[in-house]
Amino acid sequence: MSVHADVARRRVEELLRAHEEQAVRRWAEIAKASPEELGEIYQALLSVLDEGRDDFADVRGLLADLSRSRARAGYAPADTARAVFGLKEALYEVVEADTDGVEAARGFIWFSRLIDDLGLFTFETYADAREKIILDQAEQLLELSTPVVKLWENIVAVPLVGTLDSARTQVVMEKLLQTLVDTGAEHAVIDITGVPAVDTQVAQHLLKTVVAARLMGAECIISGIRPQIAHTIVTLGIEFGDIVTKASLADALAHAFRRSGFQVSGGGGAHVAIRAERV
Amino acid sequence: MQRVPVLKLGDVLIVSIQVDLEDQSVLALQEDLAEAVVAHGAKGVIIDITAVEIVDSFIGRMLATIASMCGMLDAQTVVVGMRPAVAITLVELGLSLNGVRTALNLEKGVALLDHLRSAAS
Repeated sequence: MSVHADVARRRVEELLRAHEEQAVRRWAEIAKASPEELGEIYQALLSVLDEGRDDFADVRGLLADLSRSRARAGYAPADTARAVFGLKEALYEVVEADTDGVEAARGFIWFSRLIDDLGLFTFETYADAREKIILDQAEQLLELSTPVVKLWENIVAVPLVGTLDSARTQVVMEKLLQTLVDTGAEHAVIDITGVPAVDTQVAQHLLKTVVAARLMGAECIISGIRPQIAHTIVTLGIEFGDIVTKASLADALAHAFRRSGFQVSGGGGAHVAIRAERV
Repeated sequence: MQRVPVLKLGDVLIVSIQVDLEDQSVLALQEDLAEAVVAHGAKGVIIDITAVEIVDSFIGRMLATIASMCGMLDAQTVVVGMRPAVAITLVELGLSLNGVRTALNLEKGVALLDHLRSAAS
């Protein structure tokens, strides 16, 4: 650091210390935040400058807290950053009133850069926190969205909801196959009612799952194919080969019943449901 | 080289693979099995791969080859006890083992053979 810059920096430090009360009050006004909270940051900043260190870990820690609490309170990250930038304005008023204008102005440039860094840091903290939430949610979604349910003795179903990508297919496949091992089920129904669109890639994923289940000795039925999806599949020229496909989960269950030798009685023909009321 | 034993149960041959397969033992198994099918006049072959954790394309093809070989000798082949990881690997390798029958475990494999035979007769 050159001698000039050093002198200028010291001048700003002196000003910061001399006009602490005024600066914090003005800063709090500009930032619309509590003077206590900002005073704490101000103190931390001062002590770092006092010791002549370039390590702003304490200040950053406080700013991270500020960023988090403000994010929780519903402030936009830009507001938080703007609040931090407010210190520049507060200090500028002090610098303007200073007698030794040149040194102070030169020091102000240095100080301004420092505050910019710190302001951007709050933004980073905010982005990091957001990123973490998104990652956590993606993970939870992956876990939540793939239940394998037992429909009947030897019949399991996988109701798929949401778009199928490679990662999810992998999870679904592993879970389904493991369930087949655990329960010894011979029929698996993959219900795609909740899958918004089927393209070649999704179809490929479905086929892989079916073939893997077949390799393990279980029969797969794909159900829940909506009219538009049937149209798309045919238009794309996707071949499901000898894989059984049904329009609804009920049809698939009926098919599985037939294949495993169960008989369902009582169906057939139109019937009217009557609600019997006891008096 | 370890040889895989071929067990006879009625007119069904049971091959339980308990070791990690080398290419040599796989080739030996194919020969042994073909001879055993002819010698015993077996009508069904069950290959139990419950203990197999790692497969490659060679072993995948071997299963298909054995199945079609036994088919030529009029014996139905059922592969039983495939682990999920193995099934996924075979699918990723693009081997769907068409023409090979599969069952979840040995018990279901025997039941499947019985069912196939009663359907054929």
